[in-house]
Amino acid sequence: MKILTVSGLTVEFNNHVILDDVSFEVERGDTLAIIGPNGAGKTVLFRALLGLIPYQGKITWDKDVRIGYVPQKLSIPKDIPLTVDEFLHFKEKNDDKIREAMESVGFLKKSKHLHNDFRVLNTKMGALSGGELQRVLIAYAHLDAPNVLLFDEPTAGVDVSGEETVYSLINKHKTREDLTIIFISHELQVVNQFAANVLCLNKEKVCFGPPNIAIDKESLAKMYGEDFHLYKHHE
Amino acid sequence: MSDNLLFLLLVGILAGAASGYLGSFMVLKRMSLVGDALSHVALPGIAIALTFGINPMLGALTALVIATFGVWYLADHTEVYPEALVGVFFTASLSIGLLLTPEPDLLEALFGSIDKIGLTDGLMTLVGAIVIFVVTFYISKKLLLGIVSEDLAKSQKINISKINLVYLLLVALVVALGVKFLGTLLTGAMVIIPAVTAKNLARSIKEFQLLSILFGGVGSLGGILIARFLNMASGPAVVLTAVVFFVISFIFRRK
Repeated sequence: MKILTVSGLTVEFNNHVILDDVSFEVERGDTLAIIGPNGAGKTVLFRALLGLIPYQGKITWDKDVRIGYVPQKLSIPKDIPLTVDEFLHFKEKNDDKIREAMESVGFLKKSKHLHNDFRVLNTKMGALSGGELQRVLIAYAHLDAPNVLLFDEPTAGVDVSGEETVYSLINKHKTREDLTIIFISHELQVVNQFAANVLCLNKEKVCFGPPNIAIDKESLAKMYGEDFHLYKHHE
Repeated sequence: MSDNLLFLLLVGILAGAASGYLGSFMVLKRMSLVGDALSHVALPGIAIALTFGINPMLGALTALVIATFGVWYLADHTEVYPEALVGVFFTASLSIGLLLTPEPDLLEALFGSIDKIGLTDGLMTLVGAIVIFVVTFYISKKLLLGIVSEDLAKSQKINISKINLVYLLLVALVVALGVKFLGTLLTGAMVIIPAVTAKNLARSIKEFQLLSILFGGVGSLGGILIARFLNMASGPAVVLTAVVFFVISFIFRRK
């Protein structure tokens, strides 16, 4: 069952083509990674999928879709006195559900570190570290039980804690529910590890399919240039 | 204390508290000066109302509502930098207002006075303040989410543009309510000062809003008392009282 069909998607800003005739489909329960160089239109694609910007072509979500969106960052000024708890209350009134969501992204009921347990709820959003903010944003996205998660990875890879990455967190959610995940990534190794399918983007669709098949020399060259060498961390 | 003074204080506190509440969003939206400049638009409205013998508050409100639609439309539909626009548009209306306002009324229109606040003004302020508190409370979460992340708000199908329009109309209303006390030059100050005072001390949005309301109300209260007993224009008295609170809050601010 398809949850998303995109056909002939074209986005232009000031006569500049950002996305050119992009078509792809996403099955229910799929985990799709979107990769591409800077300026390839990844975030723009997300914004189009969310209906935030005008576009040409067709984007069709299935009827019962509920999208949880995790933006790359929030432009919250440091001095805004908004607590994590108040932020989460923008979406959910029920305190238990908020605590549940916080637990699901690794905040404990009690821990030694102030920011690692529920006391973080009374912290100002501006005082969170990059990783903490990511977790709060993921918790926020999960609050109304979405069946699609759109996750825009922060440019600098943020570690959530010593061992866990944002992706292992997302992966945890994945096993729990029938969730479709579409994420933008900057790291190829993450894609290989977590995505069932990958969409390579460089203004136009460069490749699509399972990462080990779709990401080949040719598609890498089309995205990053001929000189690009696929780097892999030695295990 | 005479009944009249009690009445004045009540009206003033209501207008101040409503200004403070709305101002808390204005400060977060980084639109403080828009609120200030917007108040200048009230002057031509007052002038025209005075010429035709209508309640100046209504004249101010009409002019403000028209200007608000203008600001909202331009901010939403054009690429023009809103602050520049506001600067041009609002100083123009201030100039027109200065030319149109009959000379004997000019000082009052600019700096406010508590002598001419009648029962109608009191009732209008009461109704206006209730509308402001109820509607603002109702849109508060959506408005704040829009400030934190417009994309996130839109992804939840919140119509940010509509929410912003409602909010700006409320600001127009609150400026109109304050215009008799504070005058067109200073009424914007009560949208800003209580809110920045509260921001120095608040640990959460809830505290921030409550303190904004409190400082708005108390600033008006103190200012009107000073204006009455020292026999001075109420606008500067209220604004300077609010500024004193700001300075104190700045000293004790949370870092």
